[in-house]
Amino acid sequence: MDQLTQHSLWKTNIRHKNWMVWGSCFVLALLTAYCWTIMTEETIWEFVYDAPVQGADLINRMFPPDWLYINKLYKALWDTINIATLGTLLGLIIALPVAFLAARNTTPSVLFVRPIALFVIAASRSINSLIWALLLVMILGPGILAGVLAIGLRSVGFIAKLFYESIEEINTTSVEAIESTGASHFQVINYAIIPQVLPAFLGVIIFRWDINIRESTILGLVGAGGIGLFLSSSLNVLAWPQVTLIIVVILATVIISEFISAKVRSLLIG
Amino acid sequence: MRHWERPHYIVANRFWRLSLWVFFFVYLVVGIGSIEINWIRIYEGLERGSHFLSAFLHPDFTTRSTDIYAGILESLTITVTSTVAGILLSIPFGIGAARNISIKPIYLFCRAFIAISRSMQEVIVAIFLVALFGFGAFAGFLTLTYATIGFLGKLLAEEIEGIDRKQLEAVRSTGASWLQSIHVGIWPQIMPRMIGLSFYRLDINFRESAVIGIVGAGGIGATLNTAIDRYEYDSAGAILLLIIIIVMICEYLSGWIRKWIS
Amino acid sequence: MLKIQHLKKQYKKGPLVLKNINLVIPEGQIVGLIGPSGAGKSTLIRCINRLIKPSSGDISLGGINLSNASPRQIREQRRYIGMIFQEYALVERLSVMENVLSGRLGYLSFWQSFTRRYPQQDIDNAFDYLQRVGLIDHANKRADELSGGQRQRVGIARALAQDPRLLLVDEPTASLDPKTSRQIMRLIQSICREKGLPAIINIHDVPLAMQFVDRIIGLQGGEIVFDGLASELNEDVLTRIYGNEDWQPAGNDQDKGDE
Repeated sequence: MDQLTQHSLWKTNIRHKNWMVWGSCFVLALLTAYCWTIMTEETIWEFVYDAPVQGADLINRMFPPDWLYINKLYKALWDTINIATLGTLLGLIIALPVAFLAARNTTPSVLFVRPIALFVIAASRSINSLIWALLLVMILGPGILAGVLAIGLRSVGFIAKLFYESIEEINTTSVEAIESTGASHFQVINYAIIPQVLPAFLGVIIFRWDINIRESTILGLVGAGGIGLFLSSSLNVLAWPQVTLIIVVILATVIISEFISAKVRSLLIG
Repeated sequence: MRHWERPHYIVANRFWRLSLWVFFFVYLVVGIGSIEINWIRIYEGLERGSHFLSAFLHPDFTTRSTDIYAGILESLTITVTSTVAGILLSIPFGIGAARNISIKPIYLFCRAFIAISRSMQEVIVAIFLVALFGFGAFAGFLTLTYATIGFLGKLLAEEIEGIDRKQLEAVRSTGASWLQSIHVGIWPQIMPRMIGLSFYRLDINFRESAVIGIVGAGGIGATLNTAIDRYEYDSAGAILLLIIIIVMICEYLSGWIRKWIS
Repeated sequence: MLKIQHLKKQYKKGPLVLKNINLVIPEGQIVGLIGPSGAGKSTLIRCINRLIKPSSGDISLGGINLSNASPRQIREQRRYIGMIFQEYALVERLSVMENVLSGRLGYLSFWQSFTRRYPQQDIDNAFDYLQRVGLIDHANKRADELSGGQRQRVGIARALAQDPRLLLVDEPTASLDPKTSRQIMRLIQSICREKGLPAIINIHDVPLAMQFVDRIIGLQGGEIVFDGLASELNEDVLTRIYGNEDWQPAGNDQDKGDE
């Protein structure tokens, strides 16, 4: 092939690529515009235009925060932390076997068990913890228990997915070596697999705990305990100064938990 | 005869190791003790739970089909519009929040904007935006746009701060303007990752759009909430199944597109 | 005594990797297995301790048939077959001592091994083996703190801890420098001599093999093309095993030959 044809080939290639990019941008723009018209069909634009006035009014009513209200929040805050922590533990306990059943190199059957484990993971992951809480409150009644279970059930998929991915990435010759000593299946897991994946596992657990603290702050909105209960009741009576304080407390909790998880992570994993 | 004991690498000191275990178990007892369990209520609930489970296995898509269709459509439109708007807006915010190419006041403003977005739950943001803009999909759209800006803006800023200085300097030394240097020196370096993350965010936005309806910000969440309030378990089961299926399709598609791009 | 008869192995839809292998290895004999990459050396070794399932044929060790054993029997028999790996195959985040003691896993219940409560006899022996391979001061270090040669010594100690009747050695020196390679080979040789232990050493380095083994088996395309004393190995035989090449150690040609 001489240089000229090569050059023109390169050029058409670029042009082809450009067409693809502009084409997909155009389609995306059309799609967005279409979605926009459907979405805003029922929007009442007077409310939207009115928003700045409403916003100024809201801020007026929100400040100053009702600082004394904090005395009622301590118990709720403690509940929130419990929901997140116990929920993470529950998720971990369920996720461990699921992860080993889902990982290609540890599952007893790629054809039957693995797809089931993967479906459990997908179902748990696609349903938000607030929806889990909604269902559990309906079944178990309002309270912390529903919150713990909601956080736990949502965490299963997240933890198991990251766990099984790290199990699939392990060094297989160490596994072979332990197998060749005559070790049983569980001994192989204990000696060859767990030590290799432990740092990744710890990281995932801490990461999920941090997320769970965030999520458990709002579970009270559907009655599943914690500080969200107070947020919901203050909103219902339009006690905006209390709402401000609760938001401040939630933000502080989230920031502190982020700080703690970063510290623990660097201590454990280094 | 020699003594051997397993060495511990994470917490080497025996005293601290034991105290951590003690602390853990004490917490476990106290924490579990703080859960008030109403056994009678749970017993009553079990029946409802089994009803729900059987309804989930026999979902009813038809009775509430118009509501479900409208809810899913609203969730999907909110997802698409908020993701597109979020991506477009995250570009200026991300550039503004990158220390190496921004100026101090803009940097601080953008960082604060992103930090608040990231530490606020979508649902809490939605509560306020519903209060401001009224019930409906528009508040949901704004909520998810705001969350997307926080998510992508931070990652974009970090990518820009981490890029190859030399390439940027090389472009600048040719006398390119600020805008040109971003277009030529930065954009090519971060684009592949940004596209991947955008699809990832599309995923998240759909999942969230199913939730913010609970506080009145439109989407399938509102339909689900009503179905559960009315004890229409078979419709609720149908909605949950739809959510799971759509999330799985989204995940599969975005994984496929990410692979196709890289 | 290890006896292999009519051993064949074929991977799914692939060609035959091992074609009718027949072998007898008496007590105390050190056998070097040489051959080009892909000749089936690694497969042969792994068929013996059943990390790979042979397609047909018989393998028996001390009169016990391994080729059609149940999973439980396989686990039981693996205890008597020590294996040393190319990349050491230690569990890097466990201590040196735990790696050595993991050689005892086949003899312990899950709970014993989970709590690391080994019988005192096992611990004493493990210390002796560490002494033997010269790592007694490193017992409580993490395995990833050791150098390549040291790691291979831990691998040897682990195999010894099994109290094996046969040693399988898969490319023990491929990741080591020439000096360490010699030390490791000498260690394996002297241990086998002390215990009268038969060994199959799968090895790439022909001069090193000739120096340390009793008998050499040349494998080519899944067939045994040479079986004799190490001293009988000559250029003709090497050509039969590896194909045409100038085998003279001196001269510039050697560099070209190395690929």
